[in-house]
Amino acid sequence: MSIASTTQQICFLVLSATTVLGALGVVLLPNIVYSAFLLGGVFLSVAGLYLLLNASFVAAAQILVYVGAVNVLILFAIMLVNKQETLAAIPGLLVRRLLSGAVCAGLFALLLRVAFTTPWALPGPTPVGEEATIRIGEHLFTDYLLPFELASVLLLMAMIGAIVLARRDVFSTDVITGEPADQGLIEKDRTPLLIETPATEPTLLSKP
Amino acid sequence: MLSTGLLGAAIAPPGLDLQSSFIDLAQTMGLTPGAARLLWLPLPMLLVLVGAVVGVLVSVWLERKISAAVQQRIGPEYAGALGVLQPLADGLKLVFKEDIIPARADALLFSLGPVLVVVPVILSWLVVPFGQNLLISNVGVGIFLWIALSSIQPIGLLMSGYSSNNKYSLLGGLRAAAQSISYEIPLALAVLAVVMMSNSLSTVDIVAQQTGAGIFSWNIWRQPVGFVIFWICALAECERLPFDLPEAEEELVAGYQTEYSGMKFALFYLGSYINLVLSALLVSVLYLGGWSFPLPVEWITGWLGVSPDAPLVQVITGSIGIVSTILKAYLLVFFAILLRWTTPRVRIDQLLDLGWKFLLPIALVNLLVTAGLKLAFPVAFGG
Repeated sequence: MSIASTTQQICFLVLSATTVLGALGVVLLPNIVYSAFLLGGVFLSVAGLYLLLNASFVAAAQILVYVGAVNVLILFAIMLVNKQETLAAIPGLLVRRLLSGAVCAGLFALLLRVAFTTPWALPGPTPVGEEATIRIGEHLFTDYLLPFELASVLLLMAMIGAIVLARRDVFSTDVITGEPADQGLIEKDRTPLLIETPATEPTLLSKP
Repeated sequence: MLSTGLLGAAIAPPGLDLQSSFIDLAQTMGLTPGAARLLWLPLPMLLVLVGAVVGVLVSVWLERKISAAVQQRIGPEYAGALGVLQPLADGLKLVFKEDIIPARADALLFSLGPVLVVVPVILSWLVVPFGQNLLISNVGVGIFLWIALSSIQPIGLLMSGYSSNNKYSLLGGLRAAAQSISYEIPLALAVLAVVMMSNSLSTVDIVAQQTGAGIFSWNIWRQPVGFVIFWICALAECERLPFDLPEAEEELVAGYQTEYSGMKFALFYLGSYINLVLSALLVSVLYLGGWSFPLPVEWITGWLGVSPDAPLVQVITGSIGIVSTILKAYLLVFFAILLRWTTPRVRIDQLLDLGWKFLLPIALVNLLVTAGLKLAFPVAFGG
């Protein structure tokens, strides 16, 4: 066995171990911050697996999108709302856990069955290596154009939705409560945040 | 200027190839090709690591001296000639300081945070070219690898901010992550315009496309807007002063590094300076022609009547390449330091406004204009 293949074997074992253990940690750990950081680790080791498969562009994109954007946003959301308090006990927690465990085990058995019964073509197609970037670009703008455009429309919809939800001042009434919308944190002419209006403040001269 | 694209594509000098020479030498000494390659592998990595650390020491010294000059002081003077050993003394002090982990902090995440900040920055040196073959690895995804790796850094910052169990640290970490997400998009768009002109993500190809007519074929003339966007965003990513909100000392003590001391603080310090030097190097690669000399080396060898493939000439041109890359980078580091000591800090709303409402639309327009120019003048814009 040559040095290169031994290194590849070791890398594969380490990466798959971190992926599996990290994913288990994401699901099982009670501390949500640890789960979020472990999720970043899982994404990174999946990117490492892509690198082993000679797909360096996909690996870099995986890091940029999943670690750099998705995971950072998850962490951001957790840290902005994180309150150090214990959650109230949920009735029947054990039954729920057993049920979800059973569902997961069933799914795992199904995937194992698929993995063992599919006639995999070995060895697979020859890796294109550095040409992959060009190949991906060609596919995205020819036969995968529709999914690509649909994904961008989906993202646009999510963005507009987020803006509408965050800026409730565009509505005259609150969507949820039905009361007149007046968000204190949005600066308006009648309620400036930083400067007190001199008219409302009694001065020495105006005092009787 | 119109002919630069053609010339750049035509002339691709072979340059110095230390790897094949080393492997040939090792094989003549009776080693197998595999073993020779294995011996070679750690050498460039070590060299670049040492180079990066020395680059940090130099920029810390420059920072001290230039800030002193700006404030009409003398600055470090007694540690070595002109105080050149002062950064080394700083580093030694940090190594021997007590390593404190606050009692209520999360010890594991607290120690892991600085590591996650430094490792991606050092890994990014993989793609910085100092010559045609003078880089660790000419990976095909090149500059994209740097963009991807630099997006890991905010996780380390959030981790250290959260685990310090200190409100200033948490606020600093959140600010750092918000800032780096906001400025990564215009940065990537500016890089994309350059990549579109050179038809390749590889840093070596990006520089090769800028050789041919010396200083006039550099990308800065074709991408002036992109250059400014990239430089502003790079400063914001490095948290240099007009944008150093994550560690704004008047508001947040020291931001995410408030609770750190000793070697862990040194890692943050090292990371931020390595990142500054790396950004300056990448600006010189993307916009200032990388290792190319203002006068093309081929012209000079032609005038002198020597062959560019002779070993001695290759060594000389290789050295000129390394020196000019480093000179360009340090010129930019000088500007960054001067900016730090002469400009006031922006507010957080100004920072986000600048990123999202100004730089992002400008970067998109720049990309569109570049695409149009590439279609209209394929000779000058790398068709």
